[in-house]
Amino acid sequence: MLNQMYSELILSHNKSSPHKGIMDEPDAVERGHNPNCGDDLTLMVKIEEGRIINAKFTGIGCAISTAATSIMIDLIKGQTLESAKVLVDLYLQLIKGEQLSHSDQRLLKDAMAFSGIKDMPARVKCATLGWHCLRVILE
Amino acid sequence: MNRDMLPQLPKSLVYLDHAATSLKPQAVIDRVARYMGTENGSPNRGAHYLSVVSTELYQRSKQTVKTFLNAPKEWEVVYTKNATEALNLVAHGLPQTLVGEEDEIVVAISSHHSNILPWQRLAKSRKSHLRYLYVGQDGSICASELDKITSKTAVVTWPYIANALGNVSPVNLLTEKAKAVGAITVVDGAQAVGHLPIDLMKLNADLFVFSAHKVYAPTGIGVLMGDKSILDQLEPLVLGGDMISFVSEQEAQYAPVPQRLEAGTQNVAAAVGLMQALEWLSEIGMEHIAAYENALTSTLYQALASRPDIDVYGPHGMEPRGSIVSFNVVGVHPHDVASILDTQGVAIRAGHHCCQPLMNAMGVGATCRASIGIYNDESDIEALLNALDKVQEVFSNA
Repeated sequence: MLNQMYSELILSHNKSSPHKGIMDEPDAVERGHNPNCGDDLTLMVKIEEGRIINAKFTGIGCAISTAATSIMIDLIKGQTLESAKVLVDLYLQLIKGEQLSHSDQRLLKDAMAFSGIKDMPARVKCATLGWHCLRVILE
Repeated sequence: MNRDMLPQLPKSLVYLDHAATSLKPQAVIDRVARYMGTENGSPNRGAHYLSVVSTELYQRSKQTVKTFLNAPKEWEVVYTKNATEALNLVAHGLPQTLVGEEDEIVVAISSHHSNILPWQRLAKSRKSHLRYLYVGQDGSICASELDKITSKTAVVTWPYIANALGNVSPVNLLTEKAKAVGAITVVDGAQAVGHLPIDLMKLNADLFVFSAHKVYAPTGIGVLMGDKSILDQLEPLVLGGDMISFVSEQEAQYAPVPQRLEAGTQNVAAAVGLMQALEWLSEIGMEHIAAYENALTSTLYQALASRPDIDVYGPHGMEPRGSIVSFNVVGVHPHDVASILDTQGVAIRAGHHCCQPLMNAMGVGATCRASIGIYNDESDIEALLNALDKVQEVFSNA
Protein backbone atom coordinates (compact mmCIF):
# COMPACT_ATOMS: atom_id res chain seq x y z
CA MET A 1 0.00 0.00 0.00
CA LEU A 2 2.79 2.38 1.00
CA ASN A 3 4.75 1.60 -2.16
CA GLN A 4 1.73 2.25 -4.31
CA MET A 5 0.91 5.52 -2.58
CA TYR A 6 4.49 6.78 -2.61
CA SER A 7 5.54 5.39 -5.99
CA GLU A 8 8.63 6.66 -7.76
CA LEU A 9 6.44 8.67 -10.14
CA ILE A 10 4.59 10.43 -7.31
CA LEU A 11 7.76 11.08 -5.32
CA SER A 12 9.57 12.55 -8.32
CA HIS A 13 6.68 14.92 -9.14
CA ASN A 14 6.62 15.95 -5.48
CA LYS A 15 10.36 16.54 -5.34
CA SER A 16 10.67 18.58 -8.50
CA SER A 17 7.57 19.33 -10.46
CA PRO A 18 8.15 20.87 -13.89
CA HIS A 19 4.90 22.80 -13.43
CA LYS A 20 5.59 24.53 -10.14
CA GLY A 21 5.96 28.29 -10.35
CA ILE A 22 4.27 31.61 -11.01
CA MET A 23 2.55 32.34 -14.33
CA ASP A 24 2.45 35.84 -15.79
CA GLU A 25 -1.04 37.04 -16.61
CA PRO A 26 -3.00 33.82 -16.26
CA ASP A 27 -6.54 33.69 -17.69
CA ALA A 28 -7.88 31.87 -14.64
CA VAL A 29 -6.64 31.40 -11.07
CA GLU A 30 -8.14 29.13 -8.43
CA ARG A 31 -6.87 28.58 -4.91
CA GLY A 32 -7.56 25.25 -3.25
CA HIS A 33 -7.26 24.76 0.48
CA ASN A 34 -7.51 21.65 2.57
CA PRO A 35 -8.12 23.05 6.05
CA ASN A 36 -7.56 19.71 7.76
CA CYS A 37 -3.93 19.30 6.89
CA GLY A 38 -2.99 22.76 5.68
CA ASP A 39 -2.52 22.02 1.97
CA ASP A 40 -2.84 25.30 0.11
CA LEU A 41 -2.29 25.22 -3.66
CA THR A 42 -3.11 27.75 -6.36
CA LEU A 43 -3.69 26.67 -9.96
CA MET A 44 -3.09 29.12 -12.80
CA VAL A 45 -4.26 28.43 -16.34
CA LYS A 46 -3.73 30.12 -19.70
CA ILE A 47 -6.48 29.53 -22.26
CA GLU A 48 -6.43 30.35 -25.99
CA GLU A 49 -9.20 29.57 -28.46
CA GLY A 50 -10.88 27.06 -26.16
CA ARG A 51 -7.65 25.22 -25.38
CA ILE A 52 -5.49 25.07 -22.23
CA ILE A 53 -2.14 26.15 -23.56
CA ASN A 54 -0.33 26.34 -20.22
CA ALA A 55 -0.89 25.65 -16.52
CA LYS A 56 1.20 26.17 -13.38
CA PHE A 57 0.73 25.84 -9.65
CA THR A 58 2.21 27.35 -6.49
CA GLY A 59 1.74 26.78 -2.79
CA ILE A 60 2.47 24.26 -0.09
CA GLY A 61 1.06 20.77 -0.05
CA CYS A 62 1.79 17.19 0.90
CA ALA A 63 3.41 14.80 -1.59
CA ILE A 64 0.04 13.45 -2.72
CA SER A 65 -1.60 16.83 -3.43
CA THR A 66 1.56 18.22 -5.04
CA ALA A 67 2.15 15.22 -7.29
CA ALA A 68 -1.54 14.90 -8.19
CA THR A 69 -1.64 18.54 -9.30
CA SER A 70 1.61 18.23 -11.24
CA ILE A 71 0.50 15.08 -13.03
CA MET A 72 -2.86 16.71 -13.77
CA ILE A 73 -1.08 19.59 -15.51
CA ASP A 74 0.93 17.10 -17.60
CA LEU A 75 -2.37 15.67 -18.70
CA ILE A 76 -4.39 18.79 -19.46
CA LYS A 77 -1.81 20.92 -21.23
CA GLY A 78 -2.85 21.25 -24.85
CA GLN A 79 -6.32 19.80 -24.24
CA THR A 80 -9.54 21.56 -25.25
CA LEU A 81 -11.73 22.73 -22.38
CA GLU A 82 -14.23 19.99 -23.26
CA SER A 83 -11.68 17.17 -23.08
CA ALA A 84 -10.26 18.64 -19.86
CA LYS A 85 -13.76 18.44 -18.37
CA VAL A 86 -13.97 14.79 -19.40
CA LEU A 87 -10.62 14.13 -17.69
CA VAL A 88 -11.78 15.82 -14.47
CA ASP A 89 -14.90 13.65 -14.42
CA LEU A 90 -12.92 10.48 -15.11
CA TYR A 91 -10.34 11.27 -12.43
CA LEU A 92 -12.96 12.01 -9.78
CA GLN A 93 -14.70 8.74 -10.70
CA LEU A 94 -11.39 6.92 -10.30
CA ILE A 95 -10.82 8.38 -6.82
CA LYS A 96 -14.39 7.49 -5.81
CA GLY A 97 -13.53 3.89 -6.67
CA GLU A 98 -15.75 3.60 -9.74
CA GLN A 99 -14.69 1.07 -12.37
CA LEU A 100 -13.23 2.76 -15.47
CA SER A 101 -13.08 1.18 -18.93
CA HIS A 102 -9.67 0.39 -20.38
CA SER A 103 -9.92 3.24 -22.86
CA ASP A 104 -10.82 5.68 -20.05
CA GLN A 105 -7.89 4.41 -17.99
CA ARG A 106 -5.61 5.09 -20.96
CA LEU A 107 -6.91 8.67 -21.13
CA LEU A 108 -5.86 9.28 -17.52
CA LYS A 109 -2.28 8.10 -18.25
CA ASP A 110 0.02 8.82 -15.23
CA ALA A 111 -2.95 9.97 -13.12
CA MET A 112 -3.82 6.26 -12.83
CA ALA A 113 -1.03 6.21 -10.23
CA PHE A 114 -3.65 7.53 -7.79
CA SER A 115 -6.06 4.62 -8.27
CA GLY A 116 -5.11 3.27 -4.82
CA ILE A 117 -6.39 6.44 -3.09
CA LYS A 118 -9.92 5.03 -3.19
CA ASP A 119 -8.86 2.77 -0.29
CA MET A 120 -7.39 5.66 1.73
CA PRO A 121 -10.24 7.98 2.67
CA ALA A 122 -7.87 10.22 4.64
CA ARG A 123 -5.99 11.12 1.45
CA VAL A 124 -8.89 11.65 -0.98
CA LYS A 125 -8.89 15.41 -0.37
CA CYS A 126 -5.16 15.56 -1.09
CA ALA A 127 -5.45 13.64 -4.36
CA THR A 128 -8.31 15.81 -5.62
CA LEU A 129 -7.28 19.30 -4.42
CA GLY A 130 -5.73 20.47 -7.71
CA TRP A 131 -8.40 18.70 -9.73
CA HIS A 132 -11.17 20.53 -7.88
CA CYS A 133 -9.40 23.83 -8.67
CA LEU A 134 -9.46 22.86 -12.35
CA ARG A 135 -13.11 21.82 -12.13
CA VAL A 136 -14.03 25.24 -10.73
CA ILE A 137 -12.08 27.00 -13.50
CA LEU A 138 -13.75 24.90 -16.20
CA GLU A 139 -17.20 25.55 -14.78
CA MET B 1 0.80 1.09 25.77
CA ASN B 2 -0.72 -0.05 29.03
CA ARG B 3 -3.01 -2.79 27.71
CA ASP B 4 -4.53 -3.45 31.14
CA MET B 5 -6.27 -0.08 30.95
CA LEU B 6 -7.40 -0.70 27.37
CA PRO B 7 -8.07 -4.43 27.05
CA GLN B 8 -10.21 -4.10 23.92
CA LEU B 9 -7.63 -2.18 21.90
CA PRO B 10 -5.82 -4.05 19.08
CA LYS B 11 -2.36 -5.02 20.36
CA SER B 12 -0.69 -3.50 17.33
CA LEU B 13 -2.02 0.05 17.78
CA VAL B 14 0.28 2.75 19.12
CA TYR B 15 -1.86 5.75 20.01
CA LEU B 16 -0.07 9.09 20.32
CA ASP B 17 -3.06 11.35 19.59
CA HIS B 18 -4.42 11.87 23.08
CA ALA B 19 -4.60 15.64 22.57
CA ALA B 20 -7.23 15.10 19.84
CA THR B 21 -9.25 12.66 21.91
CA SER B 22 -8.34 10.21 24.65
CA LEU B 23 -8.88 6.49 24.48
CA LYS B 24 -11.43 5.20 26.98
CA PRO B 25 -10.40 3.00 29.91
CA GLN B 26 -12.49 -0.11 30.53
CA ALA B 27 -13.68 1.33 33.86
CA VAL B 28 -15.42 4.18 32.00
CA ILE B 29 -16.88 1.93 29.29
CA ASP B 30 -18.30 -0.41 31.95
CA ARG B 31 -19.79 2.44 33.99
CA VAL B 32 -21.56 3.98 30.97
CA ALA B 33 -22.90 0.55 29.98
CA ARG B 34 -24.24 0.04 33.53
CA TYR B 35 -25.99 3.41 33.42
CA MET B 36 -27.55 2.69 30.05
CA GLY B 37 -28.59 -0.81 31.10
CA THR B 38 -30.02 -0.15 34.54
CA GLU B 39 -30.15 3.53 35.49
CA ASN B 40 -31.24 5.40 32.36
CA GLY B 41 -34.03 7.90 32.94
CA SER B 42 -35.00 11.46 32.08
CA PRO B 43 -33.30 13.76 34.58
CA ASN B 44 -34.96 16.67 36.42
CA ARG B 45 -38.49 15.32 35.94
CA GLY B 46 -38.41 13.01 38.92
CA ALA B 47 -41.80 11.38 39.37
CA HIS B 48 -40.43 7.85 39.15
CA TYR B 49 -37.44 5.81 40.25
CA LEU B 50 -35.30 5.94 37.08
CA SER B 51 -35.81 9.65 36.70
CA VAL B 52 -34.70 10.19 40.29
CA VAL B 53 -31.64 7.99 39.81
CA SER B 54 -30.54 9.77 36.65
CA THR B 55 -31.08 13.19 38.26
CA GLU B 56 -28.97 12.14 41.22
CA LEU B 57 -26.17 10.80 39.02
CA TYR B 58 -26.21 13.96 36.91
CA GLN B 59 -25.83 16.12 40.04
CA ARG B 60 -23.13 13.85 41.49
CA SER B 61 -21.20 14.08 38.24
CA LYS B 62 -21.10 17.88 38.56
CA GLN B 63 -20.05 17.66 42.19
CA THR B 64 -17.24 15.31 41.14
CA VAL B 65 -16.04 17.86 38.57
CA LYS B 66 -15.98 20.59 41.24
CA THR B 67 -14.11 18.43 43.73
CA PHE B 68 -11.65 17.15 41.11
CA LEU B 69 -10.65 20.70 40.14
CA ASN B 70 -11.01 22.20 43.63
CA ALA B 71 -13.56 24.75 42.43
CA PRO B 72 -14.79 27.47 44.81
CA LYS B 73 -18.04 26.58 46.58
CA GLU B 74 -20.06 29.32 44.89
CA TRP B 75 -19.12 28.06 41.41
CA GLU B 76 -21.68 26.36 39.21
CA VAL B 77 -21.08 23.66 36.60
CA VAL B 78 -22.93 23.84 33.28
CA TYR B 79 -22.75 20.86 30.96
CA THR B 80 -22.39 21.57 27.23
CA LYS B 81 -21.62 19.42 24.20
CA ASN B 82 -17.87 20.06 24.47
CA ALA B 83 -15.38 22.84 25.23
CA THR B 84 -16.17 24.43 21.86
CA GLU B 85 -19.83 24.82 22.77
CA ALA B 86 -18.87 26.09 26.21
CA LEU B 87 -16.72 28.84 24.68
CA ASN B 88 -19.47 29.70 22.19
CA LEU B 89 -21.95 29.91 25.03
CA VAL B 90 -19.72 32.38 26.89
CA ALA B 91 -18.93 34.60 23.88
CA HIS B 92 -22.56 34.52 22.72
CA GLY B 93 -23.95 35.05 26.17
CA LEU B 94 -21.93 37.92 27.65
CA PRO B 95 -24.24 40.95 27.72
CA GLN B 96 -23.56 44.40 26.26
CA THR B 97 -22.97 45.70 29.78
CA LEU B 98 -19.91 43.45 30.10
CA VAL B 99 -18.58 43.62 26.50
CA GLY B 100 -19.60 46.82 24.73
CA GLU B 101 -18.57 49.19 21.97
CA GLU B 102 -14.84 50.01 21.92
CA ASP B 103 -14.17 47.43 24.63
CA GLU B 104 -11.25 45.09 23.98
CA ILE B 105 -11.23 41.31 23.97
CA VAL B 106 -7.71 39.99 24.51
CA VAL B 107 -7.07 36.48 23.16
CA ALA B 108 -3.82 34.50 23.22
CA ILE B 109 -2.78 33.79 19.61
CA SER B 110 -2.05 30.22 20.72
CA SER B 111 -5.78 29.67 21.24
CA HIS B 112 -7.73 26.96 19.43
CA HIS B 113 -10.12 28.20 16.71
CA SER B 114 -12.95 27.41 19.12
CA ASN B 115 -11.65 30.19 21.36
CA ILE B 116 -11.10 32.65 18.48
CA LEU B 117 -14.10 32.46 16.15
CA PRO B 118 -16.79 33.12 18.81
CA TRP B 119 -14.86 36.24 19.93
CA GLN B 120 -14.44 37.41 16.33
CA ARG B 121 -18.22 37.31 15.92
CA LEU B 122 -18.83 39.03 19.25
CA ALA B 123 -16.30 41.78 18.43
CA LYS B 124 -18.00 42.42 15.07
CA SER B 125 -21.52 42.55 16.48
CA ARG B 126 -20.60 44.78 19.46
CA LYS B 127 -18.11 46.98 17.59
CA SER B 128 -15.53 45.95 20.15
CA HIS B 129 -11.92 45.07 19.28
CA LEU B 130 -10.07 41.79 19.23
CA ARG B 131 -6.45 42.03 20.46
CA TYR B 132 -3.99 39.14 20.39
CA LEU B 133 -1.28 38.19 22.83
CA TYR B 134 1.54 37.10 20.50
CA VAL B 135 4.07 34.39 21.22
CA GLY B 136 7.83 34.13 20.69
CA GLN B 137 9.65 31.54 18.60
CA ASP B 138 9.26 29.01 21.42
CA GLY B 139 5.48 29.45 21.40
CA SER B 140 5.28 31.12 24.82
CA ILE B 141 3.39 34.37 25.37
CA CYS B 142 5.88 37.26 25.37
CA ALA B 143 5.97 39.14 28.68
CA SER B 144 5.64 42.51 26.93
CA GLU B 145 2.34 41.34 25.37
CA LEU B 146 0.68 41.49 28.78
CA ASP B 147 0.72 45.27 28.43
CA LYS B 148 -2.20 44.82 26.03
CA ILE B 149 -4.36 44.10 29.07
CA THR B 150 -5.56 47.61 29.96
CA SER B 151 -8.55 49.44 31.41
CA LYS B 152 -10.26 48.99 28.01
CA THR B 153 -10.04 45.18 28.32
CA ALA B 154 -13.37 43.44 28.93
CA VAL B 155 -12.28 39.82 28.50
CA VAL B 156 -8.93 38.00 28.61
CA THR B 157 -8.82 34.40 27.41
CA TRP B 158 -6.08 31.84 26.80
CA PRO B 159 -5.41 28.10 26.78
CA TYR B 160 -3.99 26.66 30.02
CA ILE B 161 -1.92 24.42 27.75
CA ALA B 162 -1.73 25.31 24.03
CA ASN B 163 -2.89 22.43 21.87
CA ALA B 164 -0.64 23.00 18.84
CA LEU B 165 2.77 23.41 20.48
CA GLY B 166 2.23 22.34 24.09
CA ASN B 167 3.22 25.56 25.88
CA VAL B 168 1.91 26.00 29.41
CA SER B 169 0.54 29.52 29.87
CA PRO B 170 1.60 31.73 32.79
CA VAL B 171 -1.93 31.35 34.15
CA ASN B 172 -1.56 33.16 37.45
CA LEU B 173 0.24 36.08 35.84
CA LEU B 174 -2.60 36.42 33.34
CA THR B 175 -5.41 36.23 35.89
CA GLU B 176 -3.61 38.69 38.16
CA LYS B 177 -3.11 41.20 35.35
CA ALA B 178 -6.72 40.80 34.12
CA LYS B 179 -8.20 41.08 37.62
CA ALA B 180 -6.24 44.27 38.19
CA VAL B 181 -8.14 45.93 35.31
CA GLY B 182 -11.48 44.28 36.11
CA ALA B 183 -11.58 42.06 33.00
CA ILE B 184 -13.38 38.72 32.88
CA THR B 185 -10.96 35.78 32.56
CA VAL B 186 -11.85 32.70 30.53
CA VAL B 187 -9.43 29.76 30.68
CA ASP B 188 -9.54 26.96 28.10
CA GLY B 189 -8.50 23.93 30.10
CA ALA B 190 -9.05 21.35 27.33
CA GLN B 191 -5.39 20.25 27.18
CA ALA B 192 -4.74 20.56 30.90
CA VAL B 193 -7.47 18.64 32.73
CA GLY B 194 -6.38 15.05 33.30
CA HIS B 195 -2.70 15.87 32.77
CA LEU B 196 -1.80 17.89 35.85
CA PRO B 197 -3.39 18.74 39.18
CA ILE B 198 -5.61 21.81 38.74
CA ASP B 199 -6.65 23.99 41.63
CA LEU B 200 -9.31 26.44 40.49
CA MET B 201 -9.19 28.25 43.85
CA LYS B 202 -5.56 29.14 43.20
CA LEU B 203 -6.10 29.78 39.48
CA ASN B 204 -8.53 32.57 40.41
CA ALA B 205 -10.12 32.80 36.94
CA ASP B 206 -13.81 33.62 36.37
CA LEU B 207 -14.72 30.91 33.88
CA PHE B 208 -13.09 27.58 33.03
CA VAL B 209 -13.95 25.14 30.23
CA PHE B 210 -12.88 21.66 29.12
CA SER B 211 -14.04 18.69 27.04
CA ALA B 212 -14.76 15.35 28.69
CA HIS B 213 -13.63 13.30 25.70
CA LYS B 214 -10.04 14.46 26.20
CA VAL B 215 -10.21 13.29 29.83
CA TYR B 216 -10.88 9.56 29.23
CA ALA B 217 -14.66 10.15 29.18
CA PRO B 218 -17.20 9.85 26.33
CA THR B 219 -17.67 12.42 23.56
CA GLY B 220 -20.73 14.65 23.68
CA ILE B 221 -20.17 16.37 27.00
CA GLY B 222 -18.17 19.45 27.90
CA VAL B 223 -17.93 21.68 30.91
CA LEU B 224 -18.42 25.38 31.47
CA MET B 225 -17.86 26.24 35.10
CA GLY B 226 -17.44 29.48 36.88
CA ASP B 227 -18.50 32.19 39.15
CA LYS B 228 -22.28 32.10 39.46
CA SER B 229 -22.56 35.89 39.30
CA ILE B 230 -21.15 35.82 35.75
CA LEU B 231 -22.96 32.67 34.61
CA ASP B 232 -26.21 34.31 35.79
CA GLN B 233 -25.69 37.09 33.26
CA LEU B 234 -25.14 34.83 30.24
CA GLU B 235 -27.88 34.82 27.61
CA PRO B 236 -28.70 31.16 26.85
CA LEU B 237 -27.51 29.77 23.50
CA VAL B 238 -30.36 27.26 23.27
CA LEU B 239 -33.94 27.67 24.50
CA GLY B 240 -36.51 25.00 25.23
CA GLY B 241 -37.54 22.45 27.80
CA ASP B 242 -35.99 22.13 31.24
CA MET B 243 -34.56 25.66 31.28
CA ILE B 244 -37.67 27.66 32.21
CA SER B 245 -39.57 28.76 35.30
CA PHE B 246 -42.78 29.94 33.57
CA VAL B 247 -43.87 30.11 29.95
CA SER B 248 -46.85 32.09 28.63
CA GLU B 249 -47.93 32.70 25.04
CA GLN B 250 -45.65 35.69 24.47
CA GLU B 251 -43.11 35.53 27.27
CA ALA B 252 -40.92 33.12 29.20
CA GLN B 253 -39.03 33.36 32.42
CA TYR B 254 -35.86 31.31 32.52
CA ALA B 255 -34.84 29.03 35.36
CA PRO B 256 -31.78 29.94 37.43
CA VAL B 257 -28.26 28.79 36.45
CA PRO B 258 -27.32 26.06 35.65
CA GLN B 259 -30.70 24.94 34.21
CA ARG B 260 -31.16 28.14 32.19
CA LEU B 261 -28.06 27.23 30.17
CA GLU B 262 -28.98 23.55 29.72
CA ALA B 263 -32.07 23.35 27.51
CA GLY B 264 -33.42 19.94 26.57
CA THR B 265 -32.77 16.47 27.96
CA GLN B 266 -29.12 16.29 28.96
CA ASN B 267 -26.49 13.67 28.14
CA VAL B 268 -26.59 11.84 31.46
CA ALA B 269 -24.76 8.77 30.15
CA ALA B 270 -21.77 10.93 29.24
CA ALA B 271 -22.02 12.82 32.55
CA VAL B 272 -21.82 9.47 34.35
CA GLY B 273 -18.86 8.52 32.14
CA LEU B 274 -17.12 11.78 33.04
CA MET B 275 -17.73 11.18 36.75
CA GLN B 276 -16.22 7.71 36.46
CA ALA B 277 -13.23 8.99 34.46
CA LEU B 278 -12.45 11.64 37.09
CA GLU B 279 -12.78 9.10 39.91
CA TRP B 280 -10.50 6.77 37.97
CA LEU B 281 -7.93 9.57 37.58
CA SER B 282 -8.17 10.43 41.28
CA GLU B 283 -7.48 6.79 42.18
CA ILE B 284 -4.31 6.82 40.08
CA GLY B 285 -3.48 10.25 41.51
CA MET B 286 -3.02 13.46 39.53
CA GLU B 287 0.43 14.13 41.02
CA HIS B 288 1.56 10.72 39.86
CA ILE B 289 0.01 11.22 36.40
CA ALA B 290 1.68 14.61 35.96
CA ALA B 291 5.10 13.25 36.95
CA TYR B 292 4.71 10.15 34.77
CA GLU B 293 3.59 12.07 31.69
CA ASN B 294 6.25 14.73 32.21
CA ALA B 295 9.00 12.11 32.26
CA LEU B 296 7.58 10.32 29.22
CA THR B 297 7.11 13.56 27.27
CA SER B 298 10.68 14.49 28.13
CA THR B 299 11.88 11.17 26.67
CA LEU B 300 9.78 11.81 23.56
CA TYR B 301 11.12 15.35 23.22
CA GLN B 302 14.76 14.26 23.66
CA ALA B 303 14.36 11.45 21.15
CA LEU B 304 12.89 13.74 18.49
CA ALA B 305 15.12 16.75 19.18
CA SER B 306 18.27 14.64 18.93
CA ARG B 307 17.46 13.53 15.36
CA PRO B 308 18.99 15.69 12.63
CA ASP B 309 16.08 14.87 10.29
CA ILE B 310 13.50 16.37 12.64
CA ASP B 311 12.60 19.94 13.63
CA VAL B 312 10.85 20.27 16.99
CA TYR B 313 8.59 23.26 17.80
CA GLY B 314 7.32 24.82 20.99
CA PRO B 315 9.08 25.16 24.34
CA HIS B 316 12.82 24.49 24.50
CA GLY B 317 13.07 21.22 26.34
CA MET B 318 10.46 20.70 29.03
CA GLU B 319 10.28 24.18 30.51
CA PRO B 320 7.27 24.16 30.85
CA ARG B 321 5.52 21.80 28.42
CA GLY B 322 2.27 19.82 28.40
CA SER B 323 2.14 16.21 27.18
CA ILE B 324 2.56 17.35 23.58
CA VAL B 325 5.49 17.48 21.13
CA SER B 326 4.99 19.18 17.76
CA PHE B 327 7.54 18.42 15.05
CA ASN B 328 8.26 18.08 11.35
CA VAL B 329 10.34 15.61 9.37
CA VAL B 330 12.59 17.90 7.34
CA GLY B 331 11.46 18.00 3.72
CA VAL B 332 8.35 15.84 4.21
CA HIS B 333 4.85 17.28 4.58
CA PRO B 334 3.21 16.34 7.91
CA HIS B 335 0.23 14.73 6.20
CA ASP B 336 2.57 12.33 4.40
CA VAL B 337 4.36 11.60 7.68
CA ALA B 338 1.06 10.86 9.46
CA SER B 339 -0.10 8.61 6.61
CA ILE B 340 3.10 6.56 6.64
CA LEU B 341 3.07 6.32 10.45
CA ASP B 342 -0.51 5.07 10.22
CA THR B 343 0.58 2.21 7.96
CA GLN B 344 3.06 1.33 10.73
CA GLY B 345 0.27 1.32 13.33
CA VAL B 346 1.26 4.65 14.91
CA ALA B 347 -1.47 7.29 15.30
CA ILE B 348 -0.47 10.96 15.47
CA ARG B 349 -2.11 14.20 14.36
CA ALA B 350 -0.95 16.24 11.37
CA GLY B 351 -2.09 19.69 10.31
CA HIS B 352 -2.53 23.15 11.76
CA HIS B 353 -4.32 21.78 14.85
CA CYS B 354 -7.15 24.33 14.52
CA CYS B 355 -4.61 27.08 15.22
CA GLN B 356 -4.20 28.88 11.88
CA PRO B 357 -3.58 32.35 13.37
CA LEU B 358 -0.78 30.88 15.54
CA MET B 359 0.76 28.89 12.70
CA ASN B 360 0.65 31.95 10.41
CA ALA B 361 2.24 34.13 13.09
CA MET B 362 5.03 31.58 13.51
CA GLY B 363 5.46 30.99 9.78
CA VAL B 364 4.81 27.26 10.03
CA GLY B 365 2.29 25.74 7.62
CA ALA B 366 1.53 22.55 9.48
CA THR B 367 3.18 20.17 11.91
CA CYS B 368 3.02 16.61 13.18
CA ARG B 369 1.89 16.34 16.78
CA ALA B 370 2.55 13.41 19.10
CA SER B 371 0.65 13.61 22.38
CA ILE B 372 0.57 11.46 25.46
CA GLY B 373 -1.90 10.08 27.97
CA ILE B 374 -1.47 7.96 31.09
CA TYR B 375 -1.78 4.75 29.03
CA ASN B 376 1.31 5.49 26.93
CA ASP B 377 4.75 4.14 27.77
CA GLU B 378 8.29 4.08 26.37
CA SER B 379 7.46 1.32 23.89
CA ASP B 380 5.20 3.81 22.08
CA ILE B 381 8.07 6.26 21.65
CA GLU B 382 10.26 3.47 20.33
CA ALA B 383 7.52 2.53 17.86
CA LEU B 384 7.21 6.16 16.75
CA LEU B 385 10.95 6.41 16.13
CA ASN B 386 10.96 3.18 14.10
CA ALA B 387 8.00 4.40 12.08
CA LEU B 388 9.82 7.71 11.43
CA ASP B 389 12.68 5.66 9.96
CA LYS B 390 10.09 4.20 7.59
CA VAL B 391 9.15 7.75 6.51
CA GLN B 392 12.79 8.37 5.61
CA GLU B 393 12.96 5.06 3.78
CA VAL B 394 9.92 5.89 1.64
CA PHE B 395 11.07 9.40 0.81
CA SER B 396 14.67 8.40 0.14
CA ASN B 397 13.33 6.59 -2.94
CA ALA B 398 12.66 9.96 -4.55
